Amino acid sequence: MTTMPKTVGRSPYARPLQYLALLAYMCFLAFPLLFLLTTAFKTPRELQSPDAGLLPQQLNLDNFTAAIDKANLYTAAGNSLLVAVTTTLIVTAVALPAAYALVRFRTRMRAVATGWILLSQVFPFILIIIPLFLLLKDIGLVNTLLGLVLVYAVWSLPFSLWMLQGYVAAIPVELEEASAVDGAGRLKTLWKVVLPLLAPGLVATSLFTFINSWNEFFFALVLIQDPDMQTLPLALARFVGAEGQVQLGQLAAAALLACIPSLVFFLLIQKRLTAGLLSGAVKG
Amino acid sequence: MTAALEAAAPRRKRRRGTDGRDAWLLVLPALLPVMLFSVYPLVYGVLLGFTDAEAGLNAETHFNGLDNYVELAGNGLFWESFRIGLVWAFSVTILQFLASLGLALLLNLDLRLRWLARTLALIPWAMPPVIIAIMWQLMLNPGYGPVNRMLDAVGLPSDVNWLGEASIALPVVIIVGVWAGMPQTTVTLLAGLQSVPAELNEAAAIDGASTWRRFWHVTLPALRPIVIAITTLDLIWNFNSFALVFVLTAGGPGGTTMLPSLFAYNEAFRYGNFGYAAAMGNVMVILIGAFLLFYLRGQMRRRLQ
Repeated sequence: MTTMPKTVGRSPYARPLQYLALLAYMCFLAFPLLFLLTTAFKTPRELQSPDAGLLPQQLNLDNFTAAIDKANLYTAAGNSLLVAVTTTLIVTAVALPAAYALVRFRTRMRAVATGWILLSQVFPFILIIIPLFLLLKDIGLVNTLLGLVLVYAVWSLPFSLWMLQGYVAAIPVELEEASAVDGAGRLKTLWKVVLPLLAPGLVATSLFTFINSWNEFFFALVLIQDPDMQTLPLALARFVGAEGQVQLGQLAAAALLACIPSLVFFLLIQKRLTAGLLSGAVKG
Repeated sequence: MTAALEAAAPRRKRRRGTDGRDAWLLVLPALLPVMLFSVYPLVYGVLLGFTDAEAGLNAETHFNGLDNYVELAGNGLFWESFRIGLVWAFSVTILQFLASLGLALLLNLDLRLRWLARTLALIPWAMPPVIIAIMWQLMLNPGYGPVNRMLDAVGLPSDVNWLGEASIALPVVIIVGVWAGMPQTTVTLLAGLQSVPAELNEAAAIDGASTWRRFWHVTLPALRPIVIAITTLDLIWNFNSFALVFVLTAGGPGGTTMLPSLFAYNEAFRYGNFGYAAAMGNVMVILIGAFLLFYLRGQMRRRLQ
């Protein structure tokens, strides 16, 4: 039985074809980013010349300095960072107890929460953004980062809850019960037993929230008009309109700088990401 | 069922009274902002669809019943945009599913460089939609973009204005949409593939089933719940997507890529017709909701048989 003929019916071309297909996928997925990377280092003259190769002749950083200057990237990056960090802290602080309660106390709340999580995915943003715009205008929060944080926090909650529920459900109740039998109070159990086990999931969920806020465009487009308050995606979108079509190298440099945080985070959490989504989908 | 549960766990029964209060206390911090900034706007938004609300300080708002919908029914531009939205959402979802399934199957094999491919497969996910749009604008640039240069190198017509030509803009935008959304679908399908018990495939192999037959009769049926979940989500996300196309083409050329979300955005924030735009949102929700109900019920029935 152990020498099962696994390769029965498999043609000798299967392996090479599989590698070829994998290579094609890798080119399709990676080439655009590679191209963005090389474009960012090219001089305007190189960009115009029809027979320049893919790689730049030298590492020329002019595009980066010019882009940072013109697109006001420092201010925008600062705003984006502030909004994303604050949103992440709020969402994590609010979602953690809620997720725990929803999983451990099986009340009717859980059905309602799941329903709301799904509903919030279906509704087109146009239905939400008009009332939000009016509401934030009434309380004077249009054109402020605080208004943006509130909106992001609320609209990141469903997904965070969804992911965190999966992680909480993966912790065996018996561990908590054992700790309770040993005489630990509820808070102590949460702090000493649940939180350490939850830490990896918590990190993945918060990074996810951070990236979502960092990348968000639509709400920011409607809620922020003041150039000093704009976030990075907004600044870039306006830069495209203003002079991006002429200054290709600068546009590429600006775009590249803006996605560095998300690229780094995704590389860091890629393993957790797959695991977290899986447990969220199966046990949530 | 509750009785059985309580009988089985008498220890928990004792705590039930305080548990309910604890649960509310833990959920309350989440509940308050959600009510104020998500449930309230949603209800408000749905209601706005039945008013003549306009942007501006002095505009008075009145309920006008179904007037918006009567007007909308005769608005050819909106229905054209709705049609474009459906073409976009279905094409992207289906192509994305097929491409991601292929990639997930490859990544599930024991191939060399798999780790690299897995990392690369996540790249589009790590990029903001605005940047993906900018990047593809550069890629597809008629004069400088590498797509035209590659075509030139193999002797094909190389002066194509990919995003500026009304006849091809939508298919091109769809391909960018597929690129942007592949990671989520691939990761989900890969996770699903890894949860298919290997014994099933081995048993089928012993019975002499070919690779293709094993895939069709063993792997795919086991994957079905995940396939339904991810295609449903993809469809909703794609139908509601905004940033990518907004930056890529802004709905042009000549409105050929005007997704309904862009159309409604223009109506609300360029022309200031809040009530009318909200009515568009309501129509979108109802039609998409009806379709989802239909699709999911059909799938449920198939599963029960």
